[in-house]
Amino acid sequence: MHNDQPGRISTAFVYVAILFLASPLLAVIPISFTSKRFLSMPDGDWSLRHYQELLSNQQWHDGILTSVTIAALAAILATVFATLFCIGIWYVKSRFTHAFVGIVLAPLAVPPIISALALYFFVTRTNTFDTLLGVVISHAVMSVPYAVVTLLVTLSQVDRRIELAARNLGASVWQTTFWVVLPNIRFGVLTAAFLSFVMSWEEIAVTLFVTSVKIVTLPRMIWAGLRDNVDPVIAAISVALILLTVLGMVLKLIAELRAGPRTQG
Amino acid sequence: MTMFKNGGGRSAIVWCIFVLPLPAFLILAYFLPMMGILSWSFTDPVPGLQNYARIAEDQTIHLLFWRTLRICLTTAVISVLVAYLLAYHWILGPPARQRLIEMAILIPFWISVLVRAFGWLILLRPKGLINENLIALGIITEPLAMVRNEIGVVIGMVHFMVPMAVFPIAAVMRQIDPRVIQAARGLGAGSVRRFIEVFLPLSMPGVIGALFIVAVFSLGFFITPAILGGGRVVMVAENIFVRMLQTANWGLGSALAAVLLVLVVGLIWILSRIVRLDRLL
Repeated sequence: MHNDQPGRISTAFVYVAILFLASPLLAVIPISFTSKRFLSMPDGDWSLRHYQELLSNQQWHDGILTSVTIAALAAILATVFATLFCIGIWYVKSRFTHAFVGIVLAPLAVPPIISALALYFFVTRTNTFDTLLGVVISHAVMSVPYAVVTLLVTLSQVDRRIELAARNLGASVWQTTFWVVLPNIRFGVLTAAFLSFVMSWEEIAVTLFVTSVKIVTLPRMIWAGLRDNVDPVIAAISVALILLTVLGMVLKLIAELRAGPRTQG
Repeated sequence: MTMFKNGGGRSAIVWCIFVLPLPAFLILAYFLPMMGILSWSFTDPVPGLQNYARIAEDQTIHLLFWRTLRICLTTAVISVLVAYLLAYHWILGPPARQRLIEMAILIPFWISVLVRAFGWLILLRPKGLINENLIALGIITEPLAMVRNEIGVVIGMVHFMVPMAVFPIAAVMRQIDPRVIQAARGLGAGSVRRFIEVFLPLSMPGVIGALFIVAVFSLGFFITPAILGGGRVVMVAENIFVRMLQTANWGLGSALAAVLLVLVVGLIWILSRIVRLDRLL
């Protein structure tokens, strides 16, 4: 063996750590099947009423629809900005590159509460408070650094000579971009869009500041539900979200296995 | 003018249409508004430094900062210990365990912070799963207080931070040359000594990076503390949230935000002096 295998005691501890990570996700499952109106264990009396509530209640439908719409628009906005930016700095290689990347990634390190305040200031000054546009812009700001990181990593693996070759053959910036560079980074662009979508879909800290009563996203509904008397329907929606995540992971695994080792990164 | 050295038209297009729109968008929608918010700390309710004077003098605000720092430090240390263990097995364990750990890290990582805090609420509250089972087993008679106090907040925050701490630690562990460990073995070092004197020091950049990342993220965090602290364990970020949205105390709220921002920038600056940030990716 080339390296040290972990010992038995640390192996026991690592399973405790795995249990710790899984336990809150597993805990919501039985609660979601309770027949009562308050948080409780089913105790043999299993019921699907909270799932029915989720499927039949118009408010939850509206919340989900609002969240999907916002996430899709924010993902498009963030991905377009991030793709242009990353391809641009890949083309120019200037001594300002580091400074620009720093500016663009800064929202990652700024505490969410301060980002939320800044965006609150922005939406109130531009009269977009509690509007779809305001939330989309705010969410795009929050997810764009993740899209940029993804695309920078993808572009760092692309051979620079393809751009030179395209240019020597007389391709314009646009032709090079659309026919040469973009096809080479399409997986990165898709990943960036997906990441931005998820960031927006889950976003709560900023959303609390830039919306009020008209734009009610799913996380906002969950937040409101957790602050008041907790309704077990929150457990049902949690189970649905966990299943969605697990499904996504499994699909990603299958896609990776089918694509083989060629599409790493 | 290195900006435009290779031919006018092409460079101009690349700069104006590709590079600049995103920084311009962020400056307009994010950085200028942030300046605007921070300026309130000097102007609201009256121009001057009274908000900062109050932060410097007010005992309850000092308590607020100490509580925040204590919770963040506790969270960072526990998260990094757990993350180190997970990263070690993720890199060096048998393949089946590696996949299990990957799932255990990535699934919570992708799930909404609200769902995760809710899961802990179900487990930890007085009538929650842990207390009910412990009472049913006769181990305790009175429910243990695990929410609406610092224990609940730290548990929830550690759960949120562990996946984020695993990534930088694992990134550094992957870069450790296995031949170094082999050499230590060849020189007669036992497994404990190989770990403590060779592997651990080589993985320290990841540990330090993870400590700072967790500290920075937990400083500005208010969703989990708000749900598991139940309004009793208020940290700086949640206090700003309440001041801004509920009591409309804009000046003091933005002054607290400014202090928080300085703390975060300071931490990142110190980190960048200690380790190379690009090694953590």
